[in-house]
Amino acid sequence: MANERHTLTALVDNEAGVLARVVGLFSGRGYNIESLTVAEVDPKAGTSRITIVTSGPPQVIEQIEAQLRRVVPVHAVTNWTFASGAIEREMALVKVSRGALPAAKAAAEKFGARALDEGGVFELTDAPAKISSFIEAMRALGLTDVSRTGVAAISRDSD
Amino acid sequence: MNTHTELADRSAAQETAKETAKETVSLTGAQMVVRALKDQGVTHIFGYPGGAVLPIYDALFADNGITHVLVRHEQGATHAAEGYARSTGKPGVVLVTSGPGATNAVTGLTDALMDSIPLVVLTGQVATHLIGTDAFQEADTVGITRACTKHNWLVKDVNELSRTLHEAFQIATQGRPGPVVVDIPKDVQFKTGEYFTPDQIRHRTFRPKTEPDQDVIARAVEMMAQAKRPILYTGGGIINAGPKASLALRELASLTGFPVTSTLMGLGAFPASSPQWLGMLGMHGTYEANNAMHDCDLMVCLGARFDDRVTGRIDLFSPGSKKIHLDIDASQINKIVRVDLPIVADAGRAISEMVKLWKAKGVKAQAIKEWWATIDGWRAKKSLAYQASDALIKPQYAIDRLYALTRGKDVYITTEVGQHQMWAAQRFKFEEPNRWMTSGGLGTMGYGLPAAVGVQMAHPGSLVIDIAGEASVQMTMQEMSTAVQYDLPIKIFILNNQYMGMVRQWQELLHGGRYSHSYSEALPDFVKLAEAFGCLGLRADKPKELDDKIRQMIESPKPVLFDCRVDPTENCYPMIPSGAAHNDMILSALSDAEVSDEGKMLV
Repeated sequence: MANERHTLTALVDNEAGVLARVVGLFSGRGYNIESLTVAEVDPKAGTSRITIVTSGPPQVIEQIEAQLRRVVPVHAVTNWTFASGAIEREMALVKVSRGALPAAKAAAEKFGARALDEGGVFELTDAPAKISSFIEAMRALGLTDVSRTGVAAISRDSD
Repeated sequence: MNTHTELADRSAAQETAKETAKETVSLTGAQMVVRALKDQGVTHIFGYPGGAVLPIYDALFADNGITHVLVRHEQGATHAAEGYARSTGKPGVVLVTSGPGATNAVTGLTDALMDSIPLVVLTGQVATHLIGTDAFQEADTVGITRACTKHNWLVKDVNELSRTLHEAFQIATQGRPGPVVVDIPKDVQFKTGEYFTPDQIRHRTFRPKTEPDQDVIARAVEMMAQAKRPILYTGGGIINAGPKASLALRELASLTGFPVTSTLMGLGAFPASSPQWLGMLGMHGTYEANNAMHDCDLMVCLGARFDDRVTGRIDLFSPGSKKIHLDIDASQINKIVRVDLPIVADAGRAISEMVKLWKAKGVKAQAIKEWWATIDGWRAKKSLAYQASDALIKPQYAIDRLYALTRGKDVYITTEVGQHQMWAAQRFKFEEPNRWMTSGGLGTMGYGLPAAVGVQMAHPGSLVIDIAGEASVQMTMQEMSTAVQYDLPIKIFILNNQYMGMVRQWQELLHGGRYSHSYSEALPDFVKLAEAFGCLGLRADKPKELDDKIRQMIESPKPVLFDCRVDPTENCYPMIPSGAAHNDMILSALSDAEVSDEGKMLV
């Protein structure tokens, strides 16, 4: 069966070792992690949200969700690829060589990226696919370094 | 013995709620550990002292409410606790020190995780200010045990200790049972803090679903009512769900008239004396059980998990059947085999609901006479038959005699891992749950002897026998000394074929008879070894002396090491070779064993 890419989030207790549990689950069972982000989302409740972009056949994706739900400090798991009206965003910092700066500025403008300084660092927040095409465009011009945050996802519904 | 009444009594006893105090008191961390264990109803712990748990051992010294069993190696403690848990339905508790104490417990933890055995393992840790400094006997215990526990904790604050301990018991025992580790730094054991009783503690989110959805039960009953070639494929989940679940299974089988098979872990949930019993299924299961699995039109999987030892080749697994899968752990559903109707619930609860609905609706099962006639045809192959011998003790004969001579006794069986384990599973007939303790998922050689120690501790008056192999038993042999110290008259019945028998069998079938390092050139004199430990040593070489020696073993008040010298070349049949389907079994040494190249890749 063909691999599918899915964005999952897990709402977890912000306790020692919780990220290691989730990451260990993926490595231990041979699942892919394409990107992973984690940060506390509710200091009062002590919860963090882990967003993972993973890929695999549908049966494996189903297993990943079930295995995540089994982790004791995991409150809830959402598959945003199935949820309607989810928003996925990622941020990237992209650096180009000095010589490429004029052309890069023009390209950045087209993508809606922001120049952060005169040294050639640009910031773009967008859907992951847009980020990838921005990076490819910059690569053609003289890319020297990239840093991506990985995907964060949230529901569009006002629940 | 009236099995039903006894099972009912035991399940009632398990449900009796404990009385718990409401007050909070100030205690040291070490005192809290002892208090929490008592509040959780713990009467026995298996452990080994060391620097990082000395305060807890001091608290145990001051208290005589808990029996501590001093093992000889921490792995022994974990398997003893597993045996204790499996034979009583209560969690097994282990206390070990930091560093090597904790790492030695890893095999037992993994074993318990694979077989869903509730264990609470308490490990000492170096003082909090030393963590991360490569201190003496420091190991990253929560890091090392993360992958082999259901959950684990490092407790850095004494005021969190009692909460963590009570949560540890909840998580180990509720839902799908499993092992947990609580790692307690030495300074936390000395500090004083507030103690909370179990009734004051409830985990924030952990609420396993145990009640089945009624519409799913109704759908299951409908499917069962329609089936023409049904089978009940039962597993360890029924044992874990308590004696009530075994009773419910018996009732369901008797209402429906369906044939019943079981995994290695589920033996005893359904009585082997029943005419509906097909024997164990899987790689060394019976011909009738495996063929019935292959040809059925409805498979009702109750508390089993489609393990690779059970399914054989997966794309040829029971191709024509609809499948119902009952499991308390949702992650088991559709993991290996896609099923038509998942039921996520406690096995006992779900089966009881099926029984209730079946009766309420007055369902009449399809006439499955033809199906039974087909099954009887398979049974006629007598797939467990073997070539008898007057000269050599056949291992099958030894198990048969052991079974015959222990009738009428209150018997618990543990095993090691390998051929002897499969022969025991095939031939020793269990009538009740919790009587059979074996390492199924992990396949841990060395499990059986310490497990027998744990079982005997829980059942002092019973006959506890470890059916062993001479290779396995040497892995945890030192626990003989524990058995002697606590007057535990366990019987270690070694089927000694001088080989790692299952390895030898695979080398014969798959590797051209090249017996690479599977023969033990040097073996101890087990009789003298037994005597050195303070046990009784017995040896049998000839079939005709076997009965007397077995009787001598049973009658001895001491732990016994029985060196039963068996035919070294005997193979365990029937067998589904790796990579083959259920209906493609090798019945005996005489049949052609053909293993595909893909099959050779599998273990």
